[in-house]
Amino acid sequence: MKITKQLFAGIALMAFSLGTAYADYTLNLMKGVTEQSNEIYDLHMLILWICVFIGIAVFGTMFYSIYHHRKSKGHEAAQFHESTKVEIIWTIIPTVILISMAIPATKTLLTLDDVENSEMTIKVTGWQWKWQYEYLDEEPSFFSTLDAASNEARQVGSGIDPTTVPNYLLDVDKPLVVPIKTKIRFLFTAGDVLHSWWVPDLGWKKDTIPGFFTEAWTYIDKPGVYRGQCAELCGKDHGFMPIVVVALEKDEYDEWLDNYPDNGAASYPDGTWAAQAACAGSECTKDELMQIGETVYTNNCASCHMPGGEGIAGTFPAISGSPIVTGDIAGQIGLMLKGKGMMPAFEQSISDLEFAAVVTYTRNALGNNVGDLVQPAEIAAMKSK
Amino acid sequence: MSAVVTEHDDHHDHGPEKGLLRWVFTTNHKDIGTLYLVFALAMFFVGGTMALIIRSELFQPGMQFVEPQFFNSMTTMHALVMVFGAVMPAFVGLANWMIPMMIGAPDMALPRMNNMSFWVLVAGVLLLASTLFMEGGAPASGWTLYPPLVLQTGNALPFAIFSVHLLGISSIMGAINIIATIFNMRAPGMTLMKMPLFVWTWLITAFLLIAVMPVFAGGVTMLLTDKFFDTSFFDAAGGGDPVLYQHIFWFFGHPEVYIMILPTFGVASTIIPVFARKPLFGYSSMVIATIGIAFLSFIVWSHHMFTVGMPMAGELYFMYATMMIAIPTGVKIFNWTATMWKGSMTFETPMLFSIAFVVLFTLGGFTGLMMALAPLDFQYHDTYFIVAHFHYTLVPASIFILQAAAYYWLPKWTGHMYNEKLAQLHFWLSAISVNILFFPQHFLGLAGMPRRIPDYAVQFADWNMISSIGAFIYGFSQLIFLYIVIQTIRQGTGEKVTDEVWEDAKKHGLEWHLPSPPPYHTFTTPPKVIPTEHI
Repeated sequence: MKITKQLFAGIALMAFSLGTAYADYTLNLMKGVTEQSNEIYDLHMLILWICVFIGIAVFGTMFYSIYHHRKSKGHEAAQFHESTKVEIIWTIIPTVILISMAIPATKTLLTLDDVENSEMTIKVTGWQWKWQYEYLDEEPSFFSTLDAASNEARQVGSGIDPTTVPNYLLDVDKPLVVPIKTKIRFLFTAGDVLHSWWVPDLGWKKDTIPGFFTEAWTYIDKPGVYRGQCAELCGKDHGFMPIVVVALEKDEYDEWLDNYPDNGAASYPDGTWAAQAACAGSECTKDELMQIGETVYTNNCASCHMPGGEGIAGTFPAISGSPIVTGDIAGQIGLMLKGKGMMPAFEQSISDLEFAAVVTYTRNALGNNVGDLVQPAEIAAMKSK
Repeated sequence: MSAVVTEHDDHHDHGPEKGLLRWVFTTNHKDIGTLYLVFALAMFFVGGTMALIIRSELFQPGMQFVEPQFFNSMTTMHALVMVFGAVMPAFVGLANWMIPMMIGAPDMALPRMNNMSFWVLVAGVLLLASTLFMEGGAPASGWTLYPPLVLQTGNALPFAIFSVHLLGISSIMGAINIIATIFNMRAPGMTLMKMPLFVWTWLITAFLLIAVMPVFAGGVTMLLTDKFFDTSFFDAAGGGDPVLYQHIFWFFGHPEVYIMILPTFGVASTIIPVFARKPLFGYSSMVIATIGIAFLSFIVWSHHMFTVGMPMAGELYFMYATMMIAIPTGVKIFNWTATMWKGSMTFETPMLFSIAFVVLFTLGGFTGLMMALAPLDFQYHDTYFIVAHFHYTLVPASIFILQAAAYYWLPKWTGHMYNEKLAQLHFWLSAISVNILFFPQHFLGLAGMPRRIPDYAVQFADWNMISSIGAFIYGFSQLIFLYIVIQTIRQGTGEKVTDEVWEDAKKHGLEWHLPSPPPYHTFTTPPKVIPTEHI
C-alpha cells in the first residue's frame, strides 16, 4: 500500500515538474492565433480527455483482471461467455459518447466553412517547390521560396549545423504579409502537382489542386510571424517549401502595401532585386543576367541538378556538359518551358527575366562556356508561340 | 468436451516430393502456407531495412545520408513492401496453413490456383523491387501513388503499375480460394456459426479483397493510360480531376487497411480464450461486429481526404460514418477484455503479444477517433500524428499478432517447442521499443511536423532522435524472432510437444486434435467431433 502511494506521488510530481520545466516544449497541439484554431484546440482537448477517460476505464479493467485473474494466483476460470444485456450496454454508451462528440465537431466545421463577408482575397498557388502569392485587387504578387541560409545547410553533406541556422527550414525569402483583425479569404490552386498549405497557428490546412480552386479563410487576432510547411507530398523538395505569414497591425500593413515592391527588395538575397530592377523592361547585360541567374539557379535548379551542376547519376541529369544546355538555345528554352518527367515546367512559375537569366547562367557557368545569352523579351516571344 | 479420436492417415500418407522442386510445384496447403510465411518474413526484413534508412536520415536535423528523392522512394517502397509483401502474404500464409485444419478440410479447395497465387505474388514483389534499380529511381510519390506527382516517376512507373496488377491478381486468387474452401469444405457439423473466428474474419477479408483489388487495378490502369495513351482521367487540362484518383484509391485503400486488421482480430480472438482458459466472450457479437466493420469500410473512404475541399455535406457525412466505426471496434475490445475477466490466465508469449495488441491497438483506435472529426483532421492530416496512428494499428497490431500466431502455432507446425525465455525477451524488447518508436511521433505531429519529409526544423530534433533509437531497438529485436523461428524449425528446445501443445487447446480448435507436426495430408476423412469451446 505504502509503495503504491509513493508511486502515485512520484508520478504526480513527475507530471507536475514536466509541466513546468517544459512549458515551452511542444507536446500538444498549439492553440494558434485565430478563433478557428482556438475552437479546434478546445475540441481536440475535449476528445483527448474523453479518450483518456475511456482508456483508464478499459485498461484499468484489463490490468485488474491481468493482475488478479491469473492461474499462478490459483484463480479458477469462470465459464460465462455471453450476455446480450452487456453487449447492448456497451454498444449504446459509445454511441451516446460519439453523438456528444459529433455535435461540437459539426459546429466547428460549419464555422470553418463560412467564407462569406471576407474583406480581402489572396490567391495561393503551389509550385514545385515554392509558393506564389497574389493579392487580388492589390498590387503584390510574388513567389516565396526557402531562404538561402536553410537552402545551403540542407544540402546532403553540407557540413552546416542546422542548429546554427535561424528558423532552419521554416524561413522564406519573401513572406506572406497580411493584416490582423481582417477576414481574409484564400483561394488555393497548384501549378504542377498537389500541395497543401498549412500554418498550424491558423488552425487548418488546405490542399492545392492543379486545375481546381479550393478556399478557406482566416481572421488573425494578434500580430506575429507564423510558420508552416507544405503538407502534401509534392516530390523531391516537399520538405523544403515552408510558409511564413507575417501578420501586421492594419496601419503597418497599409504602409507595407504602399511601399510595395521596394519592401520586397530588402528581403531579396544578394541585391539581385536591384539588378532585376535595373534591366527590367530593357536589354540586360550579360553580367546582370549572370548575377540574377545564379540566384534563380540556386533557388530553382540546384536541388536536383546540384549546386555545381553535376546532377545525380541515374536520376537527375548533369547541367555541366549537358548536350541540351550546350546545344541549341531554343531547345533548352523549350524544354524548360514545358518540363519533362520529374522536371517541372517553368513557363509560369518564374518571370521572363528570371528565365532568361537562368538560361544564360547555365550556358556560361557550371563548367559550360557557350558564350551566348538570351533577353527576357525573347523568352516572352517564345512563350506566346 | 471429451477426448476425440483423431484421424491419422499415415498408412496411406503420400509425403512431400523430394528436393527443391517440391516447393516450386507444391499444391499442398501446408507447403504453400510455409512459402507464404517465409516470403513474408523475408519481406518484413526488406521493408524494415527501408524503415531504418528513413529513421537514420531522420535521426538528426540536416541531410546526412540520402538524397531527398531516394528518401521519398524509401517511404513509398517501405509502405508497398510491408503492405503487399509482408503483412498481406503473412495472413494468407496463416490462412493456408490453418483454415483447412480449423474446419476439418483435407486441403484448400483450389490447390493449383493456390500455387499460382503464391508465385504470382513473388513475381509482383520482385518486379516492384526491381524498380529500385531503374533510371529515375523507384516510385517516390508515396504508396498512395497520387497523380500528378506519380506521373513524374521515371522508367519505373509502368513496372510499378504492372506489379500492382500482379499483386492484385494474386490476392484475388487467394481470396477466391479461401471463400471456396470455407463454403465447400467444412467438416460435417462445422456450421458457419461454429467456425473459429480466424476463419470468420478471413472469410470477410476475402470478400473485401475481391471487392476492392479490381478498383485499385482500375485506378492504376487509368494512371497508365494518362501517362502513355493521352487520356486525361486525372488531368484537369483535359477535363479530368486529380481528386478522382484519390476517391478511387481510398475506395480501395480503406478496405485495404481492414484487410490487414480483420485477420488480426481473428487470431487475437483465437489466442486470448486459450490462455484465459475461458470461452471467447460474445462469439456472435464478434462475428456481427466484424461484418459491421467490413461494411463500414466501404462507406468512409473520404475521411482520408478531408482537406481536398469537399462540399460541407460530404465532410459531415464522412465524419459521421467514420465515427461509427468506433462502435463495432469498441465491442471487440470490450469482448476481449470480458474474455480475460475472471479467467485463469497464463502469460506465454502468444498471450503477451495478444494483450499488447489489445492495449496498443486501442491507442491507435483513439487517435483514429480523433482524426475522424473533420475539423481536427484539418490540423492532424498529413502530419506525424497520422504516421503514429496507422503504425499503432499496424505494427503493435498486425505485426504483433502475426508474431503471436507464429509462437502459438509453430509448435504445432514443427513439432518442436520454441524457446520461451528468448521469446519473452523478444516480446518485451518489441513492446517497449515499439512505443519508444511511435509514441513520440504523436508529439511531433501535434507540434507541426509534416509527414514524408527527409529533414525537419530543429525544434523537432529531440523526439525524432528518440523515435529513431526506438526504431533501431525494435528492428534489431526482430533478429531474435528470426533466430527463434529457425531454431524451432530445427529442433526447438528439444522438448517433445503434445498434440494440443497448450493446456486444453483441444477444446478450442480442430488443429489441436492433429499430431504435432501434422502429417502431410490431414483430415482426408472428416473429424467426428467439432470443438465448440470458442463459441
